[in-house]
Amino acid sequence: MTTTSFPSGAAFINVGERTNVTGSAKFRKLIEANDYPAALAVARQQVESGAQIIDVNMDEGLLDSEKAMVTFLNLIASEPDISRVPVMIDSSKWVVIEAGLKCVQGKPIVNSISMKEGEAQFREQATKCLRYGAAVVVMAFDEKGQADTKDRKVEICTRAYKILTEEVGFPPEDIIFDPNIFAVATGIEEHNNYGVDFIEATREIKRRFPLVHISGGVSNLSFSFRGNEQVREAMHSVFLYHAIKAGMDMGIVNAGQLAVYDNIPAELRERCEDVVLNRRADSTDRLLEAAERYKAGGGKKKEVDLTWRNGDVGSRLTHALVHGITDFIETDTEEARRLADKPLHVIEGPLMAGMNVVGDLFGAGKMFLPQVVKSARVMKQAVAYLQPYLEAEKIASGVANKPAAGKIVMATVKGDVHDIGKNIVGVVLQCNNYEVIDLGVMVPAQKILEVAKRENADIIGLSGLITPSLDEMCTVAAEMQRQNFHVPLLIGGATTSRVHTAVKIAPNYTHNQAIYVTDASRAVGVVSQLLSPTDAKPYVAGITAEYIKIRESHLKGEQKKVRLPLAVARANSFKIDWAAGIPAAPTFTGSRAFKNYDLGKLVDGIDWTPFFSTWELAGRYPAILKDNVVGVEATKLFRDAEALLQRIVKEQWLTANGVIGFWPANSVGDDIVLFKNDKRKAELARVFTLRQQIAREHKGPSGRERANTALADFIAPRESGLADHIGTFAVTTGIGEEAALEKYFKTTDDYGRIMLKALADRLAEAFAEHLHMRVRREFWGYAKSEKLSNEDLIGEKYQGIRPAPGYPAQPDHTEKSTLWSLMDVEKSAGIKLTESYAMWPGSAVSGFYFAHPASHYFGVGKVERDQVEDYARRKSWDIATCERWLSPVLNYDPKSAAKDTGTNKAA
Amino acid sequence: MSTRAERIKALHKAAAERILIMDGAMGTEIQNFKLDEAGYRGTRFKDWHRDVKGNNDLLALSQPDIIRAIHADYIAAGADIIETNTFNAQVISLADYGMESLSAELNLAAARLARQAADAAENKDGRVRWVAGAVGPTNRTASISPDVNDPGYRNTSFDELRAAYTEQIIALIEGGADIILIETIFDTLNAKAAGVATLEAFDVAGVKLPIMISGTITDRSGRTLSGQTATAFWYSMRHLRPFSVGLNCALGAELMRPYVAEIAAVADTLVSAYPNAGLPNAMGEYDETPHDMACAIEPWAKDGLVNIVGGCCGSTPAHIAHVAEHVRKYPPRKLPQIAPKMRLSGLEAFVAG
Repeated sequence: MTTTSFPSGAAFINVGERTNVTGSAKFRKLIEANDYPAALAVARQQVESGAQIIDVNMDEGLLDSEKAMVTFLNLIASEPDISRVPVMIDSSKWVVIEAGLKCVQGKPIVNSISMKEGEAQFREQATKCLRYGAAVVVMAFDEKGQADTKDRKVEICTRAYKILTEEVGFPPEDIIFDPNIFAVATGIEEHNNYGVDFIEATREIKRRFPLVHISGGVSNLSFSFRGNEQVREAMHSVFLYHAIKAGMDMGIVNAGQLAVYDNIPAELRERCEDVVLNRRADSTDRLLEAAERYKAGGGKKKEVDLTWRNGDVGSRLTHALVHGITDFIETDTEEARRLADKPLHVIEGPLMAGMNVVGDLFGAGKMFLPQVVKSARVMKQAVAYLQPYLEAEKIASGVANKPAAGKIVMATVKGDVHDIGKNIVGVVLQCNNYEVIDLGVMVPAQKILEVAKRENADIIGLSGLITPSLDEMCTVAAEMQRQNFHVPLLIGGATTSRVHTAVKIAPNYTHNQAIYVTDASRAVGVVSQLLSPTDAKPYVAGITAEYIKIRESHLKGEQKKVRLPLAVARANSFKIDWAAGIPAAPTFTGSRAFKNYDLGKLVDGIDWTPFFSTWELAGRYPAILKDNVVGVEATKLFRDAEALLQRIVKEQWLTANGVIGFWPANSVGDDIVLFKNDKRKAELARVFTLRQQIAREHKGPSGRERANTALADFIAPRESGLADHIGTFAVTTGIGEEAALEKYFKTTDDYGRIMLKALADRLAEAFAEHLHMRVRREFWGYAKSEKLSNEDLIGEKYQGIRPAPGYPAQPDHTEKSTLWSLMDVEKSAGIKLTESYAMWPGSAVSGFYFAHPASHYFGVGKVERDQVEDYARRKSWDIATCERWLSPVLNYDPKSAAKDTGTNKAA
Repeated sequence: MSTRAERIKALHKAAAERILIMDGAMGTEIQNFKLDEAGYRGTRFKDWHRDVKGNNDLLALSQPDIIRAIHADYIAAGADIIETNTFNAQVISLADYGMESLSAELNLAAARLARQAADAAENKDGRVRWVAGAVGPTNRTASISPDVNDPGYRNTSFDELRAAYTEQIIALIEGGADIILIETIFDTLNAKAAGVATLEAFDVAGVKLPIMISGTITDRSGRTLSGQTATAFWYSMRHLRPFSVGLNCALGAELMRPYVAEIAAVADTLVSAYPNAGLPNAMGEYDETPHDMACAIEPWAKDGLVNIVGGCCGSTPAHIAHVAEHVRKYPPRKLPQIAPKMRLSGLEAFVAG
C-alpha cells in the first residue's frame, strides 16, 4: 500500500461545507448576527474555490432554522454566481428540509432522511423528495440507532435501497448513502475499527448497488485531534484515499484545506494509515506521539512552512502552482524572466512544467478540483505579470507594427471551465502576431459563431478538457456547417484526440476541415500553414486524406468486434489436467531481494534485436549486422554499444537491483488468491486477471477448439486442493542512470544519451531473463536440469512464463501495485511506481512467474463491457475507473455503452 | 367515441409513429374578433365590478362559441393537440380581475369546450385529437424578488402556487383534459410547484395523465428568466417523468433552435417546441408568414430534434397548417439513451461522475 494512487479521485464530488452552521463557527456567527451579506460572501467564495455543490445547514439550537434556511436560500437564488451550483439542503429536521425544497428551482440534494423513526415516515419523506425533485442522502440509521459496524451499515442501506427503489420508485442513481463516519483514535478500543467499517461497508454497498453514491462527513473522523489541523488534514486525506478506492464518491470536505496525499510526511502518513485502517494495536498511541511533533508552533496557529523557498526558481514555481500560493508568484516569475531569453520562455518552460505536475496529480486523483482551480489562478497571475514584457517583446521585434497575420476566435466550449491550455495557445499565437479573440470558458456554440461571423475570423479554435466537451465540439462543428461557415476549425485540449476529431468532429463540418492540434507548441505551425496562401490548400487536403484513412481504419476496427459473453468465455477457459500434478513447490515462500547484482552476468543475456529497433533499424540480431541496407549502420552502432556497455559494467555506472517472491496460491474464478501461509486460509493478496473474449471461429492447430484464456487458468483452482504457487518479481538496472547521464554526457549529446538509456533498458530485460532462469533452476527449482542456449533462452523455450502487468496477457497496469505491496519493491529494489503505474527508474521489469508447463503467453485482446463490469466489481472500482484503466482494450465506446445501460428510464 | 384511457394509449402510439402537431396562439385568434369590454363581459358579467377586457380566459364562460370555433379552426388546420384556453385561469392571475372565485369554473368550462371540439372532429373523421389542459406560469415568480432592494423577498410562495395550480388542474381533469401541459415556464420553481400540484391532482382525481413540460428561454443568453440553462431546467423537471419536455414562446424558430437541440440531446423523453411566429416587429406584431415559420421549423424535423411542434404567440391556423405540411414527411425524433447518473442543477447542470 505504499505508492498506489487515488483511482477515482477526479470523479469525487466535493460538497462545500462552509455554509454549515454546525461545521463553521464563522458562518454560525454571521447567521446569528443576521449578517446575510457576509454569509453570502462565504457561499460565493466557496463556489469560486471549486465547490461543485454547496451544503446549507442551519441546525443550531438558538436559531429559527426553518426561517434561516428559507431566507438564505432565497438570497442565494438572487446571486447567480452562487446559485449556478446545486444546493444540498442539510438538516436533521424534516420541516427545515421541506421548507428548503420549496425555495430552490434547481434539483438539489436532501441531506438527509433515514429510517430512524421507522419505515413509514422514511417512505413518506422519500416520496416527497421525489415529488419535489431532489436526490437524497440516506443515513445508515434505523429504529435501533446509527449503524457502527460494517454489517449493520450494509444491512440498513440494503433495506433502505429496497424501499426506495421498489416501493417509492426512486431512481437508484439519485440515492446517496451515508454509512456514518465516526471518530477513530479516541482511546476507546471499540472505536478503532470505525474507519475500516466505513470503508468496507462502502465497498460492499457499491458492489451490491453500483449506481448509488456514497458520502460521508469526513471531519468526524479526526474529532479527537481537534486543534491539530495538520494531523486532521493528514487523517482526512489518508481516509479519503482509501475510502475513495472502496467507492466513496462524495464528501463534505473543505477541499481547500485537504493535504495532498503524497505531500504528507511519510511518518505521519504511515501512522495515520495505521489508525484509519486499524493496522496495529498501538496505532492510536503512535499517532498521538507523532501528532505532538506536527503540532507546529504550539498548536494554536499553524506556522507557515517556508522551506520550499530554498529551492531553485523552477521548483518554487512548481510548488506555488501545486499549492496555489500567490504570495511570491510575481517575485519568482520576475526571477525566471530574468533567467530566460524571452518572456515567452517562462511560460513555455517553468510555468508549463509546474502545470504539468498539477495535471498529473489531478489526473491521479491526488489533487482535488478546487486545488486545481487555485493553481490556475496562480498561473494566470504569473502570465498577467509577464504580459507587459510580452507586449514589449512584440514591439521590440517589430511584430507589433505589422498588421495581424490572421484573426482567431477561441473558446472553451460550453460546460467546460478548463482554459489553461487555451490561454497558453492564445499567448503563443499573439506573440506570433495573430489577433486572438478569446471568448473565455463555457461558451455556447451560438456565441462562438456569432462572434466569429461578426469579427470575420479566419480560424475558430475550440478547447476542452473534460469528456463531455467532445460532444459539444461536435455540436459546434455541426452548427458551423449549418450556418454555412467556411473557415478551419481547430480542436485542442486534454481529452481531444486525432482519432476523435477525425471520426466524430470532422464529418459534421465538411465546408472546411476540423483539425486536431496536439499542443500549444504546434498551434503556430498549424495556423501559419492554414493561413498561407500557398500552403493552405495542400495542407488541408493532406489532413482531409489522413482523416479519411483514420475513419476507415476506425470503422474496420469497429466491424471486427465479435466478442463472446464473459460467461461463455469462462466456460471455454484454458483447461489444464490438474490430476496430472503441478510443478514442485518453491524452495522458499515470501520475498528475497538482490541488491547490486553483478552487471557482468547480464551482458551475455542481452537480446539485441529490440536494441536495434530503438534506433529504428529493422531486422533480427545477429543477421542485421550483415543486412544489405542497414548492416553498416547496425554494425557501427553495435560497436559503440559494446564499448559503452563495457564502461558501464566496469565503472559500475548502473546498479542492478531485483526482488523475487513466491506465494502459496490458488485460482478462484478469474482471480488468483495468494495466501499468507501454506494453511491456505488467510488471504494475503489477490491477483486479478482478464480473460480473452474473442469469438473462436476456427479450431486451433491441435484441432481443438481454442480456449479463451486468462492467467488464472495457469494456477490450480482452489477446489482442486492442490498446493500451487505463483511467483513475483521486479528488477531494475536504471539506478544511477540519471547521474551517469549528468556526469558523462553533454545535454546536447543525444546519441550518447539515447544509447545509455537503450542499454539500460536491455540490461533490465536481461536481468529479468537471468533471474527467471535462476528461479526455474534454483529458487523455485521446477526445472533444475534445464540446459538451454542463449538463443533458446531469448526464444523463451523454457517451462513457465513471466507476464507483466500492462502487457498483452494482463493489460491492467494497476496490478503492479500488488507486486509492490507483496515485495515492498520500493524498499527492496528501489523502484517506485508513479501514479499512472509506470516504474521509475524506467529501465525496470516486473511481473509474475507461472511455472506450469502448459502456461503460455497470450494477448487478452479486446474485452466487452460485461467483463469490465465484472472486473470493476472484483477490483472495487466504479465502471468509469475501470474503463479508464482498461481503455486500450475496451471493445466498445464507453460513452455509447453507458447509454446502452441507461434504457427504460423514460416516462 | 374514445374514452380518455383509449386516447392516452393512442397518444403514445401516435407519438411513436409521427411528429405530432399542436395548435397555435389563442390570443392572436381572439384579437381577430375585436371584442370590446362588453364583448368580454357577455351577459353573465355585465355588472362585474372591474374591467375584464383582456381576460381571455373569461371567454370560456362569456363567449364559448368563439373559443369553440378557434379550437375547430386549429383542428381543421391539422392540430392533433389543442390547448385549453386556461393560460391564466388560476387564483393568482385571476386576482387582477377580482375573479379568484371563478377559477375552478373557468377551467372546467374551458376544458369542456376543447373536449367538445376534439370530440366533434373525432366523430367526423375517426381521428383522435387530444386536449391539453394548459397551465401557465402565473404572473408571479417564486424564485425572483420583485423588489431590487430586497433580494430575499417573494410576492408568492411555493405553497400558494401549489394550491392555485391544484385547484386549476383538478378542474381541467374533470372537464376532460387528456394531458396536463405546464407551459411558458420562466421560473422553474413555479413549474415545480405545478408539478407537485399535478401529482396531487392526480391523487385526488384518481387518474394519471401524461404531463407535458414546456419552458421558455427568454433570449439569446440561452437561459430562462430565472436564470437556468435549458439542460438545468430539464434536470429540475425530469423527476415528473413527463410525456414530453420542450420550449415555447419568447423566441421565433430561428433563435429557438440551439436550445431545442440542447434539450433534444439530453432529454430521455419526447421533445416539443412551439415557437412564436418570429419576433415582434416595431409595432409589437408578429409578422413571420406561415411559410417562413414552417421553413424555419422544418429543419428541426429533418434533423430529428422534435416529436411535437406547434406555434405560440402570433401563430394562426394558417401557420399550423403550413408547419404540419412541412414536417409531415419526417419521422419523429428518436429517444436518446441517457446513462443513469445523478443529474442535479442549480442555474447550471451538474452530472455526477
